[in-house]
Amino acid sequence: MIEVLGAGALTTVQDRGRFGCLRWGVGTAGAMDSMALCAGNILLGNDRDCAAVEICVFPFRVRFGEECAFALTGADCVAKLDGAALIPWSAHVARAGQELHLAAPQAGPMRASRAYLCVAGGIDVAKVLDSRSTQLRGAFGGFEGRPLQRGDVLRTGATKRAPGKAACGLGLVPPQVALPLERDGCRAIRVLPAAEYERYTPESRASFWSGEWKITPQSDRYGYRLSGVGLQANAPMEMRSHGIVPGVIQVPPDGQPIVQMRDAQPTGGYPKFATVIEADMWRLGQAPIGSRIRFVEATWDEAIDALDELDAWLAEAQRHVSLHAGTGKTAA
Amino acid sequence: MAEAEGRVMSVEGEFSLLGTTAALFEAPDAEMTLQTQQRIWALAREAQEWDEVLEAVPGMNNLMLAFARPPRELAQLRERVLQAWSCVKPMTLQGRVVELPVVYGGDGGPHMADVVAHTGLTIDDIAELHSTPLYPVYALGSHPGYCYLGGMDPRIATPRRKQPVLRIPGGAVSIGGFQTGVSASPGPSGWNTIGSTSMSFFDPARDMPALLQPGDSIRFRVEKVIR
Repeated sequence: MIEVLGAGALTTVQDRGRFGCLRWGVGTAGAMDSMALCAGNILLGNDRDCAAVEICVFPFRVRFGEECAFALTGADCVAKLDGAALIPWSAHVARAGQELHLAAPQAGPMRASRAYLCVAGGIDVAKVLDSRSTQLRGAFGGFEGRPLQRGDVLRTGATKRAPGKAACGLGLVPPQVALPLERDGCRAIRVLPAAEYERYTPESRASFWSGEWKITPQSDRYGYRLSGVGLQANAPMEMRSHGIVPGVIQVPPDGQPIVQMRDAQPTGGYPKFATVIEADMWRLGQAPIGSRIRFVEATWDEAIDALDELDAWLAEAQRHVSLHAGTGKTAA
Repeated sequence: MAEAEGRVMSVEGEFSLLGTTAALFEAPDAEMTLQTQQRIWALAREAQEWDEVLEAVPGMNNLMLAFARPPRELAQLRERVLQAWSCVKPMTLQGRVVELPVVYGGDGGPHMADVVAHTGLTIDDIAELHSTPLYPVYALGSHPGYCYLGGMDPRIATPRRKQPVLRIPGGAVSIGGFQTGVSASPGPSGWNTIGSTSMSFFDPARDMPALLQPGDSIRFRVEKVIR
């Protein structure tokens, strides 16, 4: 078990998400950076979908109640275990009573914003509608359907191997480094135009691609509200409500786009300008408030290839960890 | 058949992408009708069985197909959807009628003034017109247990808000364009809230978590009008 000693707002338990419940109005939720979640689980020999703690407000502190293998992925938060520095994107073992401390993410041009604390066996909260992700709007799933707070005690799931057998000492090269995507010094996000794209003025369409978009403070797991040169439609549109997914870029009448994120509603009615490709959602999920992004148009084939690229990265990570576990000092 | 502003518009309906995560089919009908919705329900039932479809999600006279894995060959899926749409027959669903008492206006209806301003009607007229129809549940969406309803009187239609409101309470009765609905839990909304009611619409512990399903109906009863 792990006790939360200090957590900022919006620290939540997430797995990859809750699928198949859109027809009841239940959005998918899930980790904003699914690559970091999967990588952390791979490092621990977990199923990739095991639940972890997603942290986006710092500092964050927990105490381990028993010996526990854990991995830290996502943003590099200068993690310390009882004061000793930990290497990011690798697995570690905590002894009973040790405290883990995460500080604000390291500064830099491509600063990440969310850290993941994965534990061997995963965070053991009850599955609700087949997922352990926190459904904030519905107040269910995760830990009591709410963000974590000081004093919460999280159980860890059963593991196949002893804590000492985690792939300690092996680090993964973060996808952000291995699969970089930038345009003019900005984080680049690939999108496909959506149904109403052609109904915007040529100037608006041009500025969408050429301009920088700032992620405003009114951004969270539900959506990122962007600010930039406003997008003007040729004529006002009043849409029928329809299904939407994380990544859809809606344009309310004020012209400032909103990108739906993991806690997005499953339906919407604002015009859709474009949609972030699934393979780049983790990049956007790591983009901090106040940072600037650029949009790049993808073709359908490129967007599908990008998914394959992520799968290949995860398979390679899995292979590294398996090799290490098979030959390392921890072999039985 | 027309090619309007680069979108594939046709009498067959429209097929568009939501990135690589889903595709959207929109029925071509100019009017939003129950009969079209019944065909959407039938199309959803059929598409749910397709390999590439994780979930077929009805909207208002449209259908979203969330992908299990996006298909490489998009054209085939588009053809398949349009072909299926041309064949489906309306599927009638037998449901229940749930009555909801509503307090119109006042603190629970903070945007009533905007609907008054847009429609030129009085608060009493709006409450009257809003509570008259029997509203069929077309689809669920927005948030757990929320119902999209058909059948609103077009005279009280009011455009969605220029900027979404960050938080409206559960039980808020609201109008967005030609649609109306009741929020099932607190959260953000771009619609105009005209009143409030109380009802538990969703419980994930139930076998059927949502109180209402497509095919059920809601009747709003005027409990009070605050002018």
